[in-house]
Amino acid sequence: MNNLENKLLKKVNDSPMTGAVNIRKNGKMWQRKNTKYVTISDRKDRGGIEIRVKDDTPFALIDIPVLITQSGLTDTVRNDFYIGKNAKVLIYAGCGINNCFEKDSFHSGEHYFYVGENSSVKYIEKHYGEGKGRGKRVINPVTQIFLEKGAKMEIETTQIEGIDDTNRVTRAILKEKTNLIVKEKIMTSGSQKAMTEFIVKLKGRESSCRVISRAVATEKSEQKFVSNIKGNEKCFAHIACDSIIKDKGRVSAIPKIKANHVEAELVHEATIGKIAGEQLVKLMSLGLDQKKAEEEIIQGFLN
Amino acid sequence: MLELKNISLEKEGKKILDRIDLKLEEKKFYVMTGPNGGGKSSLAKVIMGIETSQKGQIFWNKEEIGQKSIDARSKMGIGFSFQQPIKFKGIKIKRLLELASKNKKLRGCGVLRQVGLCPREYLEREVDSSLSGGELKRIEIASVLLQRPKLAIFDEPEAGIDLWSFNNLIEVFKDLQKNYAGTILVISHQEKIMEMADEILLIKNGRLEIVEKNKIANLVIKKKCDSKGGCI
Repeated sequence: MNNLENKLLKKVNDSPMTGAVNIRKNGKMWQRKNTKYVTISDRKDRGGIEIRVKDDTPFALIDIPVLITQSGLTDTVRNDFYIGKNAKVLIYAGCGINNCFEKDSFHSGEHYFYVGENSSVKYIEKHYGEGKGRGKRVINPVTQIFLEKGAKMEIETTQIEGIDDTNRVTRAILKEKTNLIVKEKIMTSGSQKAMTEFIVKLKGRESSCRVISRAVATEKSEQKFVSNIKGNEKCFAHIACDSIIKDKGRVSAIPKIKANHVEAELVHEATIGKIAGEQLVKLMSLGLDQKKAEEEIIQGFLN
Repeated sequence: MLELKNISLEKEGKKILDRIDLKLEEKKFYVMTGPNGGGKSSLAKVIMGIETSQKGQIFWNKEEIGQKSIDARSKMGIGFSFQQPIKFKGIKIKRLLELASKNKKLRGCGVLRQVGLCPREYLEREVDSSLSGGELKRIEIASVLLQRPKLAIFDEPEAGIDLWSFNNLIEVFKDLQKNYAGTILVISHQEKIMEMADEILLIKNGRLEIVEKNKIANLVIKKKCDSKGGCI
């Protein structure tokens, strides 16, 4: 791996990479390592990998970063995660794109999670783009989640810099006593566009879901947040979308919640606004100039 | 140290401050009081640069600072504790205090203890609505104490805190009065705080008058506080 690729990898992956690893570089598998509990193999029908985690795995660390340095590449991949019963798994995924040329670079990653009974999965995903070329850096991830009885999943997604266009879709089906937490952080600038959509069906009794989205849109960038939550049983869902807009940034939040059961409790909260003047004044009263105060507020908001 | 000359402030055609002249001297403890809407908070905000007076001049150690920004005044040594503490989503108490102390290492977090909060429980919490009004208020006060300003302004520090916190607050101010090297200006309606003052400033209908300390009794309408610290 050259310096550029190493730098990209560090931007999208904080993991020590001591567990199972699959690094994909410019549309091809570059490095793979299996462990006692985790087996990674190529999918047979189309591009991508299958990740299988054994039942009763006490803890498994999995890293599956994607690096793209080739301008004009369209990389489409589907990764399937089969997590056994009673397993505990931490997954680092991320995509870094360096595009210094004229053609657009695309990465479309579909991740399917089949999480077994009483298992617990944490999934951390970072997207990052760089390069002075006019070619766009585009990432369109699709995440499909199926939680079996008693399973838990927590997703943290971060896209702070350099992605020109993104369309992120997360779909989840939650069975009995499952819990899904999604924490999303997105910052856009220039004329970047980002759309995120959450479609969650709470099918099982006592299932619950919490989505926390923090977004900052600056300059002429545009973001759209869509949530579509359906509660079919006694369940709980809380969707919170907080956005800061600066300059000519635009954000829209579109909630749709549907309760099909009298004990379904579904909440959607959305706030969109500029940085509060009183926050700026407070930090300036501590000695920060306006620019630093704004940076501090945004950094805190996205942390 | 600080001198205000002929300060007037109008908002939406209403006179808020009317030809205020005031001198604050070093290492003195001032209490500013008066009826609600009389102009106390506005005057404090004019000193901090949060509001700009239409007329008059402000001098800090003989330098005119009327055009200086809030952060410039902070760097010169003016600190301001807000009546309504400001909440920040995502910013931890630890970070806010680091910013207040100009990123110097927080030594023993003494300032949190000083305002009655256990650092271990609070440093990693966010300055947001998960904290009670009283907790936010104490953090607000702590952020100003950490700055060690030459002039520390506290805008109604007793507002919104419970009786226990109020007694704790009195101790904080007694300690400041004894050990603090700077000047303190507290906006307050509380007799216990007024009793500590070297000088009491009464603001009424935008006009300022200095009240002799032995006349506090005439000034104060004694208030009973309920268990949550609200005055009735």
